[in-house]
Amino acid sequence: MSSNNNILVKLKNAGYQLNNRFLVEGVSLEVQKGRIVTLIGPNGSGKSTTAKIALGIYKKIDGEVEKYTDKVGYVPQKISIDWTLPIRVNDFMLLTDDISEDQINEALSLTGVIHLKNKSLGNLSGGEFQRVLLARAISKKPELLVLDEPVQGVDFTGEIALYQLIKKIAEELNCGILLISHDLHTVMSATDHVVCLNGHVCCSGSPSDVAHNHEYKALFGEQASKTLTIYEHKHDHVHTNEGDIKKN
Amino acid sequence: MFDDFFIRALFAGIGVAFVTGPLGCFVVWRRLSYFGDTLAHSALLGVTMAYSFEFNIAFSVFIISAVIALILIQLQKKTNLPGDALLGLLAHSSLAIGLVVIGFLSFIRFDIMGLLFGDILAVTVDDILIIWIGGAIILVVLKLIWKSLFASTVNYELAEAEGLNPDRAKAIFTILMAAVIAISIKMVGLLLITGMLIIPAAMARNISTSPQQMVFYSVIGGLLSVVLGLFASLEFNSSSGPSIIAAALFLFILSLLKIKQSTGLKN
Repeated sequence: MSSNNNILVKLKNAGYQLNNRFLVEGVSLEVQKGRIVTLIGPNGSGKSTTAKIALGIYKKIDGEVEKYTDKVGYVPQKISIDWTLPIRVNDFMLLTDDISEDQINEALSLTGVIHLKNKSLGNLSGGEFQRVLLARAISKKPELLVLDEPVQGVDFTGEIALYQLIKKIAEELNCGILLISHDLHTVMSATDHVVCLNGHVCCSGSPSDVAHNHEYKALFGEQASKTLTIYEHKHDHVHTNEGDIKKN
Repeated sequence: MFDDFFIRALFAGIGVAFVTGPLGCFVVWRRLSYFGDTLAHSALLGVTMAYSFEFNIAFSVFIISAVIALILIQLQKKTNLPGDALLGLLAHSSLAIGLVVIGFLSFIRFDIMGLLFGDILAVTVDDILIIWIGGAIILVVLKLIWKSLFASTVNYELAEAEGLNPDRAKAIFTILMAAVIAISIKMVGLLLITGMLIIPAAMARNISTSPQQMVFYSVIGGLLSVVLGLFASLEFNSSSGPSIIAAALFLFILSLLKIKQSTGLKN
């Protein structure tokens, strides 16, 4: 019963077709409060499409989607700001919600772009813009965050910091996150559940389950599987309540 | 006070400028200038309908423009023709039908020039009322849909994902476009309405860094254009509608001087 109340969005055998061709089909997944679900898969495997189904952007879908929250933050994969629009970072932060000055400052500080607050959106670099997009999505304290390649174009150290931030946000706001990423190595560490897509769900489960799945290996190669395994081997200790480190 | 035609024209023009300012910004942002043109061309048909059935002109123009807008949306869904071809098709065919109907209404003397370029003498107190009341309604509705319309102008999917219903905002905006054309047709005429929407907004873009600022300058630009244009037409005995648009162009040229200063525009 209580676990049911935690569900934010649920896809049941969902699919979307364009010009009689399925972009993705038969996807079942659910995002719960405080959990991070990651979609992985090669280009054109339907990751963004699945996210858009979950968000309700696509109306005519196959299967079912049930959304239990209206407080949604979205970082789309592609967004281009037209030069005809004079818009500063601050205006962009207020795009879909009337949030307070403090909330804007807090979110921009968290993603490290507070100094750009009054800059014109069109003058930002790719990485800076990505940080602003993430700040905007988290500033409204959403229950569901959908992040489509949220760190593309961000420098390497920034990338790790942003993933840590995303994980922290999931815990602090207790919000559910649907994450799309190419970066298997970094993403898997923060993920509770992985769905591997290739036009359909080819496997899903915990990061280690997926890493050892032979379909996953076929899709991403032996190396990718090792990447995950290597990462997991870093977890050879636990932190006890007393602050000690205890080897497994 | 309203006995003087010049005062009536000023009041009408000022009312129009308050409405075309904000709407014009969206026309520029959403690249709808040819859409505006098409609705304006179809207004001629609206005017002939008004004469044929003895309707109020503004009401009749509003209805016809709204119908043309709906037809356009349907054609966009059902054909593979590019948007500009469909716009041209509707603009010129509705203009042609309007002219054909005028031919049949030979018992009424039409002031074609007045229809095309506006007629200052024709503005009545009733027209002023329609402009101000209609204009107020348009602005209130625009304020209500502002957030969804603006968010979807920036990014449709973002607006949709975060629950702002951009499709409804777009449909309402289309109706507002038809309404603004209906109330401003007597003032600037159907060939120049789009100019009144675009030129002050374009001027405002050159000197603005935020959307609210652009709307503000667009309104100011429209007001100045009306006042300057009307006084110029009095002074030089030129036609009022074209004088207003020429004044707007003058302001646009002035704004080019400021364009490079921190407006976020690339040099």
